[in-house]
Amino acid sequence: MDATVDTTTENWPDAIYRVLKDADVRQACYVPDAGHTRLINRLIADPDVEATVLTTEEEGIPIAAGAWLGGQRTVLLMQSSGVGNTINMLSLMATCRFPFLTIVTMRGEWAEFNPWQVPMGAATERSLEMMGVRCMRVDKAEDVEETVSAAAALAYEADQQIAVILSQRLLGRKKWVEK
Amino acid sequence: MAKFGTLDRRAAVKRLLDQPGELLIVTGLGSPGYDAFAAGDHDGSFYLWGAMGGAAMMGLGLALAQPKRPVLVLTGDGEQLMGLGGLATIATKRPKNLSVVALDNGHYGETGMQLSHSGLGVDIHRMAEAAGFAAAREIANLEEIDAYRAEIRSIGGGPRYATIRIAPGNPPRALPNRDGVFLKNRFRAHLGLPVT
Repeated sequence: MDATVDTTTENWPDAIYRVLKDADVRQACYVPDAGHTRLINRLIADPDVEATVLTTEEEGIPIAAGAWLGGQRTVLLMQSSGVGNTINMLSLMATCRFPFLTIVTMRGEWAEFNPWQVPMGAATERSLEMMGVRCMRVDKAEDVEETVSAAAALAYEADQQIAVILSQRLLGRKKWVEK
Repeated sequence: MAKFGTLDRRAAVKRLLDQPGELLIVTGLGSPGYDAFAAGDHDGSFYLWGAMGGAAMMGLGLALAQPKRPVLVLTGDGEQLMGLGGLATIATKRPKNLSVVALDNGHYGETGMQLSHSGLGVDIHRMAEAAGFAAAREIANLEEIDAYRAEIRSIGGGPRYATIRIAPGNPPRALPNRDGVFLKNRFRAHLGLPVT
């Protein structure tokens, strides 16, 4: 990493955490993902947030719907490959106009080592959009906080279905072999 | 070996849901929703018409958000089979106020009565038990339903899972409202939550 890069570069997961807290998000669902590690750990450590680990990303959609029925806001954290596991379940959010916020870490698009990540990575945004979820892509660390904040407002206040897409370039290269 | 029940599904659900009181209800798509509606519509009932495999997860999100209200998911064997991983997810959260009840006839009733995995011998309540549900059981007669009726109205003792062995067969459909926005807003208003 370049020394001239703004220090916020490394702190964007903390910025997301702050935005979610300011938005009064009370439930967080996730399938573990390296890009979300810091954020997941902060949400698990927070006694005011119910953090739920899922067996598949699809489960997070009806959990968010049920939480909203009961008066709570939920965020779903997943990787681009997981988006493919949610497709039909997203019908629930569109049909009932449930607020929905997901934060998706990208694979398969920037310096990817694993070809198995590429097809779903290439289809992630189009898949979400076909199911009525609007995508807001972030390529730079300094844009993370404002984008997530705007996405949260659109989701929880305007009853929209929103995905914040964190680009793989933002996340950085995965180290496959220790040198 | 597969076990097919003899209980009439409408009679069973009517006994289970009689006087809902504080109960909040989510129904899985298809016949369980028709059964719940036939037993008596209720502002604290949310009827899924899709989202197959998601009913128990919707109950989980609701139970976590409303820990002081008993939450019942009423679904079918086929619907629950599509969300088996969710049994593990519920078990990790251990919501004491959540009951998942599957009306189990061993068949996919909505699509032509094809045998389900349950009908082919899989015991879903034993999978719930193995996942770590606080209580998991089978129910095969109306007397047991009367006792269970009181249990699912408590906010302790969960998560619980029950397989109610009902007779195969489709009674005439009783169709609840299928406007999801209406059902959502009605439910939130029932809890005194803002409706936008």
